[in-house]
This record gives sequence, structure tokens and C-alpha cells, in this order.
Amino acid sequence: MDLNKKFTPETWPENPETATFEAKNKFVGFWLFLGGETVLFATLFATYLALKNKGPADLAFSTQELFELPLVFVMTMLLLTSSLTSVYAMYHMRNYDFKKMQLWLGITALLGLGFLMLEVYEFVHYTKLGFTFDNSAFSSAFYTLVGTHGFHVAIGLVWITLLIFRNSKRGLNLYNASKYYTFSLYWHFIDVVWVFIFTVVYLMGVVG
Amino acid sequence: MSSVAQKQGFGSWLWDWLTTVDHKKIGILYLLGGGFFFVLGGIEAMIIRVQLLTPNNDLVSAGLFNQIITMHGTTMIFLAAMPILFGFMNAIMPLQIGARDVAFPFLNSLGFWMFVFGGLFLNLSWFMGGAPDAGWTSYASLAMASEGHGTDFYAIGLQIAGGGSLIAGINFLVTIINMRAPGMTYMRMPLFTWTTFVASAMILFAFPPLTVGLFLLTFDRMFGGNFFDPAFGGNTIIWEHIFWIFGHPEVYILILPAFGIFSEIFSLFSRKRLFGYSAMVLATVLIGFLGFMVWAHHMFTVGLGPTANAIFSVATMAIAVPTGVKIFNWLLTIWGGSIKVTTPMLYALGFIPTFVMGGVTGVMLGTAPLDYQLHDSYFVVAHFHYVIVGGTVLGILAGVHLYWPKMFGVMLDETLGKITFWFFLFGFHLTFLIQHWLGFWGMPRRVFTYMGGQGWHLANVISTVGAFFMAIGIIILIYNIIHAHIKKVPVGNDPWGDGRTLEWATQSPPLYYNFTQTPLVRGLDSVWLEKQEGNASGITPAVPVQAIHMPNGSIIPFLMTLGMFIAGFGAMFRTETAWGLPVLIIGLAWTFIAMAARSWRDDLGYYVSKEEIMEDIKRERGRN
Repeated sequence: MDLNKKFTPETWPENPETATFEAKNKFVGFWLFLGGETVLFATLFATYLALKNKGPADLAFSTQELFELPLVFVMTMLLLTSSLTSVYAMYHMRNYDFKKMQLWLGITALLGLGFLMLEVYEFVHYTKLGFTFDNSAFSSAFYTLVGTHGFHVAIGLVWITLLIFRNSKRGLNLYNASKYYTFSLYWHFIDVVWVFIFTVVYLMGVVG
Repeated sequence: MSSVAQKQGFGSWLWDWLTTVDHKKIGILYLLGGGFFFVLGGIEAMIIRVQLLTPNNDLVSAGLFNQIITMHGTTMIFLAAMPILFGFMNAIMPLQIGARDVAFPFLNSLGFWMFVFGGLFLNLSWFMGGAPDAGWTSYASLAMASEGHGTDFYAIGLQIAGGGSLIAGINFLVTIINMRAPGMTYMRMPLFTWTTFVASAMILFAFPPLTVGLFLLTFDRMFGGNFFDPAFGGNTIIWEHIFWIFGHPEVYILILPAFGIFSEIFSLFSRKRLFGYSAMVLATVLIGFLGFMVWAHHMFTVGLGPTANAIFSVATMAIAVPTGVKIFNWLLTIWGGSIKVTTPMLYALGFIPTFVMGGVTGVMLGTAPLDYQLHDSYFVVAHFHYVIVGGTVLGILAGVHLYWPKMFGVMLDETLGKITFWFFLFGFHLTFLIQHWLGFWGMPRRVFTYMGGQGWHLANVISTVGAFFMAIGIIILIYNIIHAHIKKVPVGNDPWGDGRTLEWATQSPPLYYNFTQTPLVRGLDSVWLEKQEGNASGITPAVPVQAIHMPNGSIIPFLMTLGMFIAGFGAMFRTETAWGLPVLIIGLAWTFIAMAARSWRDDLGYYVSKEEIMEDIKRERGRN
């Protein structure tokens, strides 16, 4: 592959994410990887549901008392919006508009960072209340499920930051287009997982 | 790569193997690494058998015995059987579909090094205070009570090795989906490729639960988690479910590639098309699907209730149907064939009755009421050795003899191979057949010794004698391998003379870019087809000779894995030493920096020039 090949919006392929052989492999491989990730989170969800509100006889915490929906609502909005902005970025990638793509990815990263900060705040808050990781089976399961998701967000942030800086000077080519695209797939995936966490952990925890 | 090949000396040789991304070299590495652990697990098995030779034996203590059985099981499943099968998948599958490499050569190398470092980590436990002793299933009630760091080594070592398996599975899937040569439709793929495909799909969906289970265990043992501690609301049954949701598909992951190897062998040495090809494919997919539906049959006695037990019982027996389809298809492939009884064919012929016996006892154990009687007895030990040794290990040994010339370019001696086979098969039945009765007579599994006068002594003696026959067989095999490499008689493209599939139309060992021209596949058993039509090379090229794009080697996979290895020790000693936490952080940071470096550097690969390929073609013509 020639990295120096110059494209115009007219010569840029319609689906740059699968325009080369390596990119096609990456595309299929990453979808499969997300299939495995789905099973990983499914296992964590099952564990959480089995251990929800379970603890020693004097467990002082339950989902009803612990969770506060307003904060979680803001987090959800941030992450859902970041999924939308990453869609904009991919739209511009297909139109060979590098600057706008970078801009929207930057916004995506900031929204993701906002989400992560709120999650850190949430965890610190719970810990101060005494709801630590080793408090109960419930706390272990909660932190493991939500924390694994948060870890995925953190990985995604490092990933996109690296991509944005690495390519800032050289623009789009068929080598990095597929890298950007796999990131957006990943980002949508962790967004979908969050929708389930929001529903299963928080909504069902407070309302159910 | 020519510049690398010209450098001489041990350093460059080592560097070449550490950085290789060539699927054939990684296949050899997997085979040798898995072979090493196979011998290690075999030695552990011998110690078990010698300990049980006489009543009240004190060769090893009860605690050490627990460590040995745990490590025997864990080593054989995760570090011997799977890696050796990965070796064949790597070395052979891309050749069978006419590809130049796997889809992700870099990840291929990463997966291999994760296996090596995971296995190394696990086995270092022997020198660092004792090995894991909670059984290969590491049930949480035992694992949480296990003292010392043994079980920590299990949790972290398997985490690293398991990650490697997941990577390998995804890699093989994408390779088969995207990289088949022109004309190689799904229904023209050789059976070994098909079984690799289905086994890889199973790896993709079965290993993440193991990842989660091992993390939960790690958190409970090292980070204050309470998943499995009833006093804090935890539940040990969660581990059993998670482990078997992984563990049951795992046994099909082990057996399906062996089925694939046997399918190749039956067809090759009966010199006939595989009988019922499409039924074979369907049966493989069906086994893969049903394999996920039956995990609770390992837990009949847990108390899930009669409804759950009945459902899982029926689902378990249903697997006998596609497996039976396979057995009959193999028999009908031999039927009327022009049979050559070579060493691989001997293994295949020995495999059918042996595996059927294991299958029948499987249906017996799948009957929930009977399982209450047989649970945790030697009957279970006999059953799973009949399917895993009688299926997977016979498949591996057959594959070693069948593919050795393709992978290494030298033929193993047929006479020695047949002697190996008879020692191994005879020893195997001597060891394990009697264990069915030991189970009926009430001997529980995993006991380190037993009292005299219960009628178990003679049966245990017979069993131990059998184990020695198997060991002799393996020693002869190792001698055979060394002998063959000293003699070093080179072999041609198709050393068995009747090759049907594309790997037998490449050189032995193949050129580093596999095919000078991508082949055109015109049907099932394409090489056989071409030869029938008078094309001696067995290949019709699909494209003119042109420059070939190849991936660069890289040391990053090795370094990435080293970071995980270091982090593992940090996690384990975090609470009791001052250096634990820093080492954990350094190790993880090391891995992430290696990942970032991989992402940051452009790695575009290189081209093999047309001239070099023309040279190779000329040399090939001159040789034949």
C-alpha cells in the first residue's frame, strides 16, 4: 500500500474502511471480536443479576438506596451523544473531509472523557459511603460489571487520542481509515453495553 | 526477508524465531511448545499412576498429589492439546484454502507468545511455593480454600494463555472467511479447514466466559472480591456455571480438529472422496452448536432440579446423533476404498472403536439418574480419557505422522510409527478400560491413595502397567523424530503419494510465501481432481506470476506478552510485598506501551519481487 497516494473526494472510495485487503480482514475480525465481547459482558451481567443486593446479613446497601438516576442520566446522555458524534466523524471520513472528521472525533473523546469523570466521581462517592469493592458480593459484582465497561471507555479514549495525534499531520489514507472505522465500531459497542447497564443495573435497580 | 536470511549465527536465528509472523513457523512453534507440555503432563500422569500402584502408597503426599492431578489436567488441556492443534491449524489450514498466511500474522505471533508465557507462568508455581491444587476445574469452594499461591498461578496463567487462544480463534475465522483462493467455496473446503472454522467459532464464544470466571477468581483471591464467599452473599455455583459454559464447548474445541484430521486421513488413504461430505459439514456445525447447550450435565448432582437435569440430559444425548453420522461416514469412506494402512491410517482405524466407547459412556453419564451413581468415580475418569485421548490425542499423533513431512520436510519412519501406535493404543486400553470397573466398584476420582482389601489393587496395577506402555510409545515417537532429523531424507511435495488437498501441492516445507501463484480451485479435493485430469503439479494458477505482499516480522508480540507475565507476578504478590503493586503497574504499562507502539508505527509489509518468484519456480521445475 502506498501511503503517499493522494486522494480527492472524487477518487476516495465509497467504503474506505473495507477498501484494502487488510482493511477487510480488520473489519470482519473486529466484528467477530465484538461478538466475543458480547459474551464477556453477558457473563458479567448474569453474575451481577445473580448477586444483586446479596451480601452479609447486615448489608447496608441496596440498589434502591444507592443509585441516583439524575447522575446516571447525565452519564447516559454524554455517552449516547458521543456515539452520535462518532457517526458524524465517520460521515466525514467517507467524504474525505479529514479536518471535520478529526474535529468530531475530538468531540467524541471529550464526551467520553466527561462520562468517565462522572463514573469516577460516582465510584468515589459510593466508596466514601462505605460501599467498597470488598463490601459484599453485590458490591464486587457491581464494580466488576460497571468497572469493566468503564475500563473499555478508558481504552477507547487512549486509542482515539493516539489515532488523532498520530495522523494529525498526514491526513486520511486507506491505511488509517480502517483504524478510525474500527474505533467507531468499538465506540458504538461500548455505547450499546452502557444502554444495557443503564437498564439492568440502574433502572431495574431503582424502579424494579 | 532475504536480508534476514543472509545473516548468520545463533543470535539472528533466535531473533528470526522470536519475531516470526510466518504461519508455518508459528505452527512449528506451537507444535514444539505443545509437545514440551505434553511430555510434562505425561510425566505428571506417570507419577499419578505410580502413586496409585499399591494401597497406602506414600510416593507423594496427599497435597502434592492434588497439585499433580490439577497440573496434569490443566497442562494437557490448555498447554498440550490446544496448542498442538493450533500448530496444525496454523501450519496446514492456510495451505488448504490456498492462502499465503493467516489474516493477522502479527496477532498470530501474539497468540503464540501468550500461550508460552501463560504456560510458563503456570508451571513456575512448582518452584514458587506449590502448584494449584483445586483440580483442573478449580471449583470455587476448593479454590477459595486453597492455601498459598497455587490457585493464583492457575487464574493468571490461564488468563494469559486463554487470551492467546481467543486471538488465535478470531484469526482463523477471518482467514477462512476472507482468504480462500478463487473457487474455494465453503462447500469445497477440506474437512480439516471446516473443523478449524467451527472450533474457532466455538473458541470465540466459549473463551470470554472463562476470561470472566478467571477474573472473578482473581478478584476474590487477590483483590478482596466476594463473588464466591457465601458469608458475604457470594455463590460458588456461579463459578461452576461459568466454568462449564466455557468447559463443555472446550472439549468440542479439542475434538473437532481431531475429527478433521481423521477425515483427511480416511479419504487420503482410502483413496476415495470423503463419503457424505455435506453431511459431515452439517454434523460438524451441529456439534458446535449443541456443544453450547449441554454445560449443566457436568452439574447434575449440584441440585438444579429434575427439569433442568432432564433438559440437559436430552440435549446431551442429542449430540450422539451428529457424532454417529460422522462415524458412519468415516466407515463408508473406507468401504470399497483402495486402502493403504500407513501409520496415520492405523491411528484413524484405532480411533473409531476407541472413540465410540468413549461416546457410549458419555451417553451413560448424560443419563442424569445414572450420573448420580457414577459422579466423581473412576468411571468418569475412564470416560473423559476415552474421548480426549481416544479422540484428540490419537488425532494429534496421527496428525504428527501425517503432517510432519509437510511441516519439516522429512518423513518419520513408518515402522517406528506403527510400533508407537501399537504401544500407545494397547497401553491406552490397558490403562483406562479397567477404570470403568474401578468406578463401578466405588473408587472415587482424585483420591491420593486407597486401602487394601477393597478389590481395587489389581485393577490399579493393570492401569499403571498400561500407562508405561503408553510412555514407551511416546519415547519411541521422540526417538523416531530425532532419528528422522538426523537422517534428513528430503521428501517431495506429496510424500504420501495420494494427496487430495492443496497443502500436498506445495513444497515440503512450503516456500515462505506458500504458493508461487494463487491456485484456482475447481472442486472438492482439487489437487486430486487436477491430477486425474493430467495436471501433474496439482494446481491450476488463478493469476499470472506477480509480486506478493508479505507481512513484516515483529518483536512487539513477545514484548507485549512479557508485560502481562510481569504484571501477573505483581498482582499475585501485591498484598504481601512492597514491590507487588509497582510491578503490577509496570507490567501493565509495559503491555500498553507496546500496544501503543504497534498502533503508532506504520507496518505496511513488503513485496516479494516477481524475479525471486520466477527463480523459485525454475528451481522447483528443476527438482521435479
